[in-house]
Amino acid sequence: MSIPYTKKILEHFMHPHNVGQVENPDATATEGSPACGDMVKLSLKVDAPTKTITDIKFESYGCASNIATGSIITDLAKGRTIDEAKAITWQKANEELGGLPPVKVHCAVLAVDALKTAIENYEHRHGLLKEKVPTDEKIVMKRLSRVINPLAGLDVVRTKIVTEVRIEAGDVTVFVELPEDHQFAANLRNEIQERIEPLWDVRSVNVVFRGK
Amino acid sequence: MIYLDNAASTRVDPRVVEAMLPFFTETYAVASSQFSHTPGILAKEALDRARSVIAERLGAGPDEIVFTSGGTESNNLALKGAAAAAGPKRKGIVCSAVEHTSVLHTCRALEKRGFPLAVVPVDGEGFVDLNRLEEAVTDQTAVVSVQQGNQEVGTLQPLDAVADLCRKKGALLHVDASLSFTQTGLDVRSIPANLVTVTAHKMHGPKGIGALYVRKGTALEKIQHGGYMENDLRAGTENVAAAVGFGKAVEIADDASVESVRLLQKRLFALLLEAVPDAQVNGPADPAKRLCGNVNVSFPFVEGESVVLHLDMKGIAVITGSACFSRSLEPSYVMMAMGYSHERAHGSIRFTLSRFNTEDEIRRTAEACREVVEALRRISPLAKKE
Repeated sequence: MSIPYTKKILEHFMHPHNVGQVENPDATATEGSPACGDMVKLSLKVDAPTKTITDIKFESYGCASNIATGSIITDLAKGRTIDEAKAITWQKANEELGGLPPVKVHCAVLAVDALKTAIENYEHRHGLLKEKVPTDEKIVMKRLSRVINPLAGLDVVRTKIVTEVRIEAGDVTVFVELPEDHQFAANLRNEIQERIEPLWDVRSVNVVFRGK
Repeated sequence: MIYLDNAASTRVDPRVVEAMLPFFTETYAVASSQFSHTPGILAKEALDRARSVIAERLGAGPDEIVFTSGGTESNNLALKGAAAAAGPKRKGIVCSAVEHTSVLHTCRALEKRGFPLAVVPVDGEGFVDLNRLEEAVTDQTAVVSVQQGNQEVGTLQPLDAVADLCRKKGALLHVDASLSFTQTGLDVRSIPANLVTVTAHKMHGPKGIGALYVRKGTALEKIQHGGYMENDLRAGTENVAAAVGFGKAVEIADDASVESVRLLQKRLFALLLEAVPDAQVNGPADPAKRLCGNVNVSFPFVEGESVVLHLDMKGIAVITGSACFSRSLEPSYVMMAMGYSHERAHGSIRFTLSRFNTEDEIRRTAEACREVVEALRRISPLAKKE
């Protein structure tokens, strides 16, 4: 035994299931970033009356553990209701895969986070929230703390490149300390919009770069 | 198996193994003085023959070669030994940011013991910044450590210029030639280094043996105490069999094999850049400025560990600078020092060749990379899709 991966992990790594993007998805989510070396993108289709996930696909930029977890997590979620899918933990994914090396567990967490975020985004947009908390700066910042600053490899909140958030009647403006023409600006705008737009009461997300 | 991790370790040449064998079962006595018994004298003669071969290749005298257990020990002895022997007015240590960990971590350990350390940055191709080096080396510098060839991207440092700077300030120069010995010329008569690290297992010799060249008159304190072996610079029973193997490996290493590896290197670069769209060369663009066996390329939009694992399944052994591959979960510090993005480091693959590799292996490797990267890009959210 040379490679510290189970047969199951290698199977999913070599031949991942449910790869790609669902057409006209009801919800999507991205976790991780290229700078971290691991990134998972999920898209899913939900049958509204039964709240059942009818289709789910993933894309991965990452190591074997990341790819294998994306594959197993989509297998586990498919055909389940969103409440059942929300209960899928990384321990469950890990168990299904026969155990990841401990140092690789964070790669598995990413796919599980993506599933949770995608379902949360769906709930926001389909009136399924139990409690409709109006979006404020705190909520926006919390979501932004999952967006990675590609310059630092840490999130945009901790590295303080998001300097201000304004919210007016569902229109959110995020100010970023980066030149408009910076090589990462366009990508960062997309990521920020993707994070904030799903919130139930958000109408538009504007990202303003005011860099030195 | 197509083995392309020769910068980590190499296949021991069968002629080396053959030369070593009698020293396990026949001449196994401890190498000792000429006033000893016959088996001891035979062992000593064999040890000194190997020493002469290594000395000659460096343009040094045999009494300037200290056998050690390998590159790491040689680097430790050079730096800790030179620091300990330096006077109170010369306590500074200088090294480049892309040195092997056995140099970098030794320098940091010395820093903790009160030797001020300056780590000199490199440019985008891995070359040490000579202006910054000139600023860092002062008349208070004890020792400067700059490698000859880089372990990851193969950059060959301008040692002439480095040596000039050291000489002007009267600082000792240590060169880690672990990867370049017998491949890239290093003659201590033209490059006035005081200390040079060499090791056997990167050049088809056995593991567990290396040497440190110590220029005559260089103040060096031993760091491992015990007997008076190796010019009283390294205590411990000499590893005679391994030293004999080292000597044999040096004897065998010729310019023709360097040339053949150079051709394979050129071929692999060309094939990879042709086979994989958007592939980027890491390290010097000019192959003549790299170690002859070093090929390092980044495949954008995919992560290195996945590439390595897929290639392993296809019977090809390579490594990556990706964080996921490292024990520290940090991307390659060499590439970070070169100013590369995390993404570029995560997608980097190192192929290191030896004279045992063939043209056919190189072709199959490039083809395998094409397939693997294509497959991984199909599932990558970052790759452009048709």
